[in-house]
Order: sequence, then structure tokens, then C-alpha cells
Amino acid sequence: MRGWKVKRLIMSAVPLALAGCDTELSALSPAGPAAAQIAWLWWGMLAASSALFLLVLVLVAMSFGAPRDVPARRWTHTLGVGFSLAVLSVFLAAGLWVGERLVPRGAAAVEVRAHAFQWGWRFTQPGPRGMVETHDVLHIPAGEPVDVIVTAEDVIHAFWVPRLAGKIDAVPGRQNRLRLQADEPGRYAGMCAEFCGVGHAIMPFEVIAHPSEDWPQAVTATARDADSDGGEQ
Amino acid sequence: MSDPTALGRESRAAARSRSGAFDIPENPPQRALALHRALTAVWANDPGWRGQITAVNHTTLGLRFMATALVFFAIGGILAMLIRTQLATPEGAFLDTELYNQIFTMHGSIMMFLFAIPMLEGLGIYMLPKMLGTRDMAFPRLTALGYWCYLFGGLIMLGALFAGVAPRDGWFMYTPLSGATYSPGINADVWLLGVTFVEISAIAAAVEITVTILRQRAPGMKLTEMPLFAWYMLGTSVMMLAGFPPLILASVLLEIERAFGWPFFEVARGGDPLLWQHLFWLFGHPEVYIIFLPAAGVLSTIIPVMCRTRILGYGAIVASIVALVFLSFGLWVHHMFTVGIPHMALAFFSAASLLVAVPTAVQVFAWIGTMWQGRPELHLPMYHVLGFFLTFVMGGLTGVMLALVPFNWQAHDTAFVTAHLHYVLIGGFVFPIMAAATYWMPQITGRARIRGVGEAAFWIILIGFHGTFFVMHLTGLLGMPRRIDIYPDNPEWIWLNLTSSIFSFVMTIGFALFALDLFLQATLGKRSARNPWQAPTLDWALALPAPAYNFASLPGPRLLTGEPARPALLPLARGEGVLPGAPRGRREFLVTSIGAARPDHVAVLPGNTALPLWLAGAIALFVLLMLSGHYIWTLPALTLVAALIWRWGRGLTTEQDHPAVEAAPGLSLPVHYHAHASLGHTGTICLLFSNGALFASLLFGLGFLTLVTPGPDAPEAFVPGQSAIPAMATVVAGLALGAIGVRLARHAVQGERGTGALWFSAVVNALALLAVAILGLGLMDDPTTHARDALRGVLAGYVALHALICTGFAAFALDQLRRGELANGRTGTLKTWRFWQDFSLATALLAGAAAIMQGGV
Ligand code: HEM
Ligand SMILES: [Cu+2]
Ligand SMILES: [Cu+2]
Repeated sequence: MRGWKVKRLIMSAVPLALAGCDTELSALSPAGPAAAQIAWLWWGMLAASSALFLLVLVLVAMSFGAPRDVPARRWTHTLGVGFSLAVLSVFLAAGLWVGERLVPRGAAAVEVRAHAFQWGWRFTQPGPRGMVETHDVLHIPAGEPVDVIVTAEDVIHAFWVPRLAGKIDAVPGRQNRLRLQADEPGRYAGMCAEFCGVGHAIMPFEVIAHPSEDWPQAVTATARDADSDGGEQ
Repeated sequence: MSDPTALGRESRAAARSRSGAFDIPENPPQRALALHRALTAVWANDPGWRGQITAVNHTTLGLRFMATALVFFAIGGILAMLIRTQLATPEGAFLDTELYNQIFTMHGSIMMFLFAIPMLEGLGIYMLPKMLGTRDMAFPRLTALGYWCYLFGGLIMLGALFAGVAPRDGWFMYTPLSGATYSPGINADVWLLGVTFVEISAIAAAVEITVTILRQRAPGMKLTEMPLFAWYMLGTSVMMLAGFPPLILASVLLEIERAFGWPFFEVARGGDPLLWQHLFWLFGHPEVYIIFLPAAGVLSTIIPVMCRTRILGYGAIVASIVALVFLSFGLWVHHMFTVGIPHMALAFFSAASLLVAVPTAVQVFAWIGTMWQGRPELHLPMYHVLGFFLTFVMGGLTGVMLALVPFNWQAHDTAFVTAHLHYVLIGGFVFPIMAAATYWMPQITGRARIRGVGEAAFWIILIGFHGTFFVMHLTGLLGMPRRIDIYPDNPEWIWLNLTSSIFSFVMTIGFALFALDLFLQATLGKRSARNPWQAPTLDWALALPAPAYNFASLPGPRLLTGEPARPALLPLARGEGVLPGAPRGRREFLVTSIGAARPDHVAVLPGNTALPLWLAGAIALFVLLMLSGHYIWTLPALTLVAALIWRWGRGLTTEQDHPAVEAAPGLSLPVHYHAHASLGHTGTICLLFSNGALFASLLFGLGFLTLVTPGPDAPEAFVPGQSAIPAMATVVAGLALGAIGVRLARHAVQGERGTGALWFSAVVNALALLAVAILGLGLMDDPTTHARDALRGVLAGYVALHALICTGFAAFALDQLRRGELANGRTGTLKTWRFWQDFSLATALLAGAAAIMQGGV
């Protein structure tokens, strides 16, 4: 039960050196097109929802006072059905429009694999001499779309790098594909987002986006792998 | 006020006869006190502690359901406080992870299964007979059974919590995490068995509520004119009948996988973890509406009263209830947007999830319109109604956001979702329930409340709630997943979490104050006026607090006023309504037709009995034996259960003919033994509808594993062609002959010579049972090798169980014949049996066809 404590020690030996660390996992400071689109969708929905919420509050507030002769259909049909359908259609259109741009269409140039287990990540990506396997660190080129093939060893986990894209589950027996892209080189924090047992809170990982000219030469097995018997193959 | 009722009554009667409605003349008035005494003698619970055990009365049990649910709310709330204390600091050194996981799992499970569902059942059970103008629920012993199952299931789960072996895999228990490999020990079994146990009570309540609403409305109260609360409860109970079976099936399958190693969800042997998710959310999404609809029913009842007007858009509201019932079964996948679903399906379920917001919007606008139409008065229930608007609308809007797939991919499984679900559940359920409590407390206790405490509680809860959960939206967007116990590397979440934790304690103080208010009202409050809110519904046409029999005589068309209920009170108490008093010394009420509520017959109810307790105890014994792994010993426990069910059936029989009852001058009605369509008839249809949903879920599972699951190929398939066909044909033929036999028996019974037909049916049903047994034990492949074989095993088990039930019916009918209970058109159990026999035949045919088709794939 306490095995992960050791792992946490090792983790803290490799500090997640990040500029602006207070937004490390924030979906609201996107660093790639997918996350950026979703962030815009969020701000749009927030504005629209605030307006709708205010509208309802105003209507409720205005109801206090003398009885009025109100046509029932105006409330149930015009507002209830017509108005809400119109608003929802706008929401739906926005959602589909953004969703369409997140779908991995055609093959991306780079494909990497993320394999989740209790409790950690094994990544497989192109390296200087063929594929390299790393633990808890994923290397990708910056500025290019990358497809992550997500799988799981034991129970369901989820792969999530909030600043780059939404999450996708790692389901035993299935392969899921997530397309993401880091606009700039840098380090991006990720974590497991599906409850997976006692180690769920300590399943973080890191995505390192390399300048495309350094990639895949710069990809090396990380120090951590030496400890956890991974390493270069 | 001059007497408007007499005048109103005249014109209403005229309007009635014009619309083709019927009239029932009044009975002569009697002395109210004498009626009260006679009725109380018949309807009251037994005296003393025995009375608590043998009570079957809906008022007692409804209150008991609600009080127990309140206790579980308090326990769930304490667990929530532990969660918030742990999350107040990033290192949260206070609970270890294992314990933390148990606590949030139990918090969610208690709140959903042991608080919300029983609370709404209790509200329906307490309120419906009073609102509809009848004396009890359709099946009083079933009410009691439901309560005991709920209590025992809840106690088993609580016991596990105190023993440190509580479930710990989250309230939706995803496999494989909850499977035997990754959750050894009994923690997961506690959830599976405990929740299923509690679900028996939900199904029981749903059957009863449906039958009561359809068949026990006061004569003349048309389906299309009944109080909206009844419409909402009807929608809820139909959803429960259809929505709980998928979860029951999933739990049974997972328990079989854990206990006996049959693979359903295990990838290596052809199972699929996503099958669990589909079955769970097929239940789980409707569950959200099951919880919301009764609360909305409360709002539709209270808002017009608080605004001195009638509800606006009755028809539109009924239409939206029906729409919600259907739509909510088509969106479960929105809980699974991240599992890797083809994107066309994503778009479809996203659109469907948005569509379901329309009927909700119709209701919200109808309520606001009602407030415009009337003059809202700020009594305490109205505060909670406003709290509902403020909170639920926000929760609905974040729900719309989450229905958009791209945003869902970011927000799913983060604190944002935790915030959303509490806005919906506390806004859409807890606030309306608090409104209901403050509204009906005078009705329940007969006392008025103490001023001030309730208002203070409201404000503290409101501030505490929004302080806790509003910031959690942001916490989630900043990346905090749900279900984590520590976050040492994320200082950016510290202040947000600390804020949530502090306000959650404020909220707790508010809830404590609310409870105190109820307690003070019940103990110290002054006597309440008879109808303090001037409400129009019949629940206020009672003496306060409600007597055990509700109405000394039942309101007929002339007394269904739709005006403030008060004028009906006196005539009803004086026995001027239908079926006055208890002159035959037994519990009676009127059964009416489904649509127009025409009087159909008089039902005679069983009295106080401890049988429900014993039956629930026997089921509890079975559950405990399963939990402790004594699988062999579950067989005697199951035999005990069957014996008690037999006993139960014996309580419904009669060996004499019953003369018709004069319910009102010129209105002579048969007693239910001689009735064509009794309550039992309607109840059987409801139960079989639910059973059909269970079977459909099973076929869904079979189809899903065959067509969707990518898993390893099955080993050499058992082809049901050669050896099995004779056995399968025997099963179907046996059940079909049984169906003919039961029909023959019904004809023969008229002439009292059914013995031959009954023996014939018993033998062919037993033969069918034998054939399934040979099929399952001898011919089919080992169910532990592959998911396909495991599911076929379950299908065979399902058919076997039904063959056994049909054999049991035949035996019961033979016994009835021997005792002379089948005579002069009294068909005893034959009618119920016929429904079951036909159902068993149909499912056996479908099961066989499915197995053959799957063999061909
Ligand atoms: C009394 C005030 C309440 C507080 C302070 C509270 C607090 C919480 C918190 C902090 C969590 C999240 C745990 C996590 O992130 O892992 C949670 C989860 C949950 N709560 Fe509440 N809650 C309250 C009332 C309710 C009510 C009334 C309901 C339902 C009717 C409810 C249903 C749930 C459910 C279903 C979960 C999910 C459990 C899981 O993840 O397995 N809560 N609650
Ligand atoms: Cu995890
Ligand atoms: Cu849902």
C-alpha cells in the first residue's frame, strides 16, 4: 500500500521545473490548438450562460408584485421550447464545430504510445536509434500534430495534459487515439484523470516538447527509468 | 366569505354531466367521532413496540422512510465533512488514501442510494394516497417490505464502513478496478449486494406508486386532471421500473464474476469493462431524473399555492414529464464521452443531451410564469423555491456545457464535474425537499413552526453551498481531478480548496439548524390551523395530523373541488363521501378505472403483519452468507425466502364468496376477489414490465459483447444445433403447454373441476425446468472459459428461474384448489400465474433465439 511513497520521493527528486507553475495543469492557459479551441469554447459558453442565468434571475425577480394576466403559451411554448431550442442549437453548433477540429483525421506525422498501469506511465516514442521507451516522461516534437495511442495494463486510467488537449481514457483491451500539439517547446504537466485505486493521486507525468530540429535526437531515457528498470531498448 | 362551494358544486355537476362525466350521490351524514373511532380500530397500527414491527400503513412507513433517509443524509454529510477536511490542505495528512477512497465512495453511494431515492419514495408513499383521496398504498405489505430491505441494506453498508471494509472504487464502481483482481476483499461485494438489496425496495415502491396513481384516484379525478405531483411520481416510478434493472443486472453479473469467476468484464476472457459502464449509466442517467422529477413535482405543487394562483401550462408540464421519461433513456453515453466512442455517436449523444434541457426549460418557465400570474408571498417554503432557482439553473447551465464533447474532454472527472453534480443535486433535490418539509410539516405534525430559525438556516445553507461549490468550477478548470486525496505539487489549488472547505462547514451548520427547526416544530410548535396555506389539494382535506385511515369517506366527484380543499373536510369526515367508515370491520378502499377514475371495485387489504420483516430478514441472511463466502449455505436461505413468499401469497386468499358492497346510494361494487382487473393484476403488469427491462438489458449485454467488444476470439463455440436442440425444444414446449394448461384451468374452475389441468401444467413446467437444468449443467460449455459462455449461462439461469416460478405457481394453485379457494369465479392465483407463464414462455423463446443467433455469428 505504501509502495507509492517511495515513488513520490523519486518523483520529487526530479522537480517539475516549470515556468509559471501556478497554471501547470490549467485548461485555461492552453499551449496547443486543441486546448486553445476548448478554452475559447469555454469562455464563449461562460458568457452565454451568465447572460441566460441573469435573464432567469430577472424574470424571477420581476414576478414579485401584483398578479398579471399572462398568456401560458408565451412561457411554455415561446420561452420554454422556442427560445431554449434556439439557444441550445447555438451551443450545439459551437460544440460540433470545435469537436470537428479535434478529431484525428488522416495520419499524423508522429505517433507515440502511452501505456498506463497501476501506478505510472510507460511511453514509447521515436528516438535517435529507433523507438525509445520512457517512464512518466513523453517526448514529442513542438509545432507538429502528434497522435498518442493510449492503452492500459490493468484498470482504466486516463491520459490528460490540460494545456495541450482534452483527456482520453486508457481502457484495457482497447486502443484510443488522441491528437495533440504543443505550439512551443517546453514541459507540460499531465496526470491520470480516471480513478484507478490508491495511487490515483500520484500518477503525474510530463510531456517534453522539443524544438523540431532537435527531435528525435534529443530523446533519451530519463533518469527515472534507470530506477524503474525501463531504459533504452 | 359567503359559501361559494354550494354554488360551485351545482355548476360543476352541470359541467360534468355535459362532458359525459359521472356523478355519485352522497351518503347520509353520520357522527364524525363515531366514524373516527370505528375506522381507527380497523386501520391503526398495533399498540406498543409490536406496532412498529407489524405496521404496514403508508403514513407510518412514508414518515419512517423519510426519517431514515434523513439520518443517512446526516451520515453522508459527515463523510463529506471528512472529505473537505482532508482536501483543505495539500498534504491532507489526516486520512490515508485507502480510507479516503472508502469515504468518498460511501459519501456518493449513501447520498444517491440511501438518501435521495428513499427520500423520494417516502415522500410519494406518504403523500400520494392523501393527495389522490384514498386510504393506503395499493400493496401495504410491500411498502413495509421495501422499508425493511432499505434499512437492512443500508445497515450492511454502514456496518462495512465502521468495520473498515467499505466499498472504495467510487460510486460508479468501474470494472476492472472493482473486479476480483484489483479489489480483493469484500469491499466491492458490500456495494454490489448492499445496493441491490436496497434496489429491491426501489422496485417495490415503484410498482406500488404506479398502481396507486393509476387505480386509486378518487372517483372522478381523471388522469388528465390529477395533481401534477402525481404525474411527476408516475413518471418517476415508470423510470424506476425501467431504469433500475440494468444496474441490478450489472451488479449481479459483477458479483457472479467476483464470486464464481464467470467473466463478463474481464478482457482476457472476452469480457469488456465498457459493458459495465453502459449498464451502469443506462441506470445512472435516468437516476438523475428519477431524483429530480419528484422534486419538480413538489415545486409544481408549492409554487402555485405560494403565489395564490393555479399552475400555468398544466398540459405542457405533463408533456415535458413524458418527454423527460423517454429522452433520459437516450443519453447515458454522455457520461462516457472520453472512453473512445466513434465520433458520430458522440455527436448524436451530445445533441440528445442538449435536447433533454428543453422539457426542463419548459418547466422552469412554467413555474416563473405561474409566479407572474399570481402574487408570490415570501413564506419559508418560498425561500427554498428561490434557492432552487438560484442553484439549479446554474447546475443546468454547466450541464449544457458538459454535454458539449470538446469541453467535456477537459472537464470530465475534475472538480468541475463535482461542482456541477452538486449544483444539480442540491439545487434540484435538496432545496425542493427543504421546501416540501417546511410546507408539509404542519400537515405531518399538526403544529406551526417557530419563526426565525428556518429563515436563518436557509441563508446559512445558501451561502455555505455557493461558497463551497462555486469555486470548485474554477478548481476543476485549473486541473484538479476528482477523487484525489493530496495535491502536494499544486499550490495553485490550495486557496480554492481551503475556501470550499471553510464554506462547507458553514453549510453544515445551516443543515444542523434546519434539522433543529424541524425538531422544534415537532415538539414545541403551536397547533397549526387546518389548511394554513389554503392549498387546493386533498392532502389538506384531512384532520391534522393525519389519521391512520386518511379519509372517513372518500371524496367523490361532488367533493373534488379544485378550490381550497377546506370545504371538503367536513362532509368527508361525516361520511358523506364514498365508502364511509369501516362497517365490515376490514380495511377497504375504492379502486377506479385508469383513465376516467370510474368506480370499479372495492379492495380489501391485509392488516398489520410482521411478515415483511421476516422476508426482508431472510433476504438479509442470504446477503450476509454471500458476503461471507458461504455460498452453499445460501441455498437454505433462498429456500426460506421462497417459503416466506408462499406464506405471503397465502395471505391474499379467501375461501368464501364476498357480497357486493354498497359504496354510495345506488352504487354497488364487487369486492376485489370477484373483480375482473384487480390491483394485483395491474401490479403484476408493472412488475413484469420491470422484469422485461431486466431481460432486455441481458440481451443488450449479449449483443454488446458479440458485436462491439474487440476482445480475443471465443474458443470453439458450442453450437446449439445438435445435442442441445431437443433440450431447448423441451423447455419451450413445456412452458407453452403450461400456458395452455393455465388457461384450461381457468375455464375448468368455473365448473370446479380444474384438477387435471392444474396437474398437467405443474408437470410440464417441471419438465421445462428439468430440461434447462440438463442444458445448463450437462450440455453447455463451461461458463468460466469465455464471456460468451458466461452470458449464455446467465440466460439459461434466467429461464430456469422462470420455469421454477411457473412450477411454483402451479403448486400454489393446486394447494388453493385443495383448500376450496378456487370456486364460483374466484380464480385465486390463476390470473397472475397466466401473466408469468406467458412472460416466461416469451423470454425463453427469445433467449433460445439469441443463443442460436449468437452461435451463428
Ligand atoms: C452536504 C453537503 C455536501 C458536501 C460538502 C459534499 C461534498 C462532496 C465532495 C467534496 C465530493 C468530491 C469528492 C472527490 O472529489 O473525490 C463529493 C462527491 C459526491 N457527492 Fe457530495 N457533498 C454534499 C452533498 C451531496 C448530496 C446531497 C449528494 C446527492 C444527493 C451528493 C452526491 C455526491 C456524489 C454522487 C459524489 C461522487 C462520489 C464519487 O466520486 O464516487 N453530495 N461530495
Ligand atoms: Cu488514475
Ligand atoms: Cu447523465
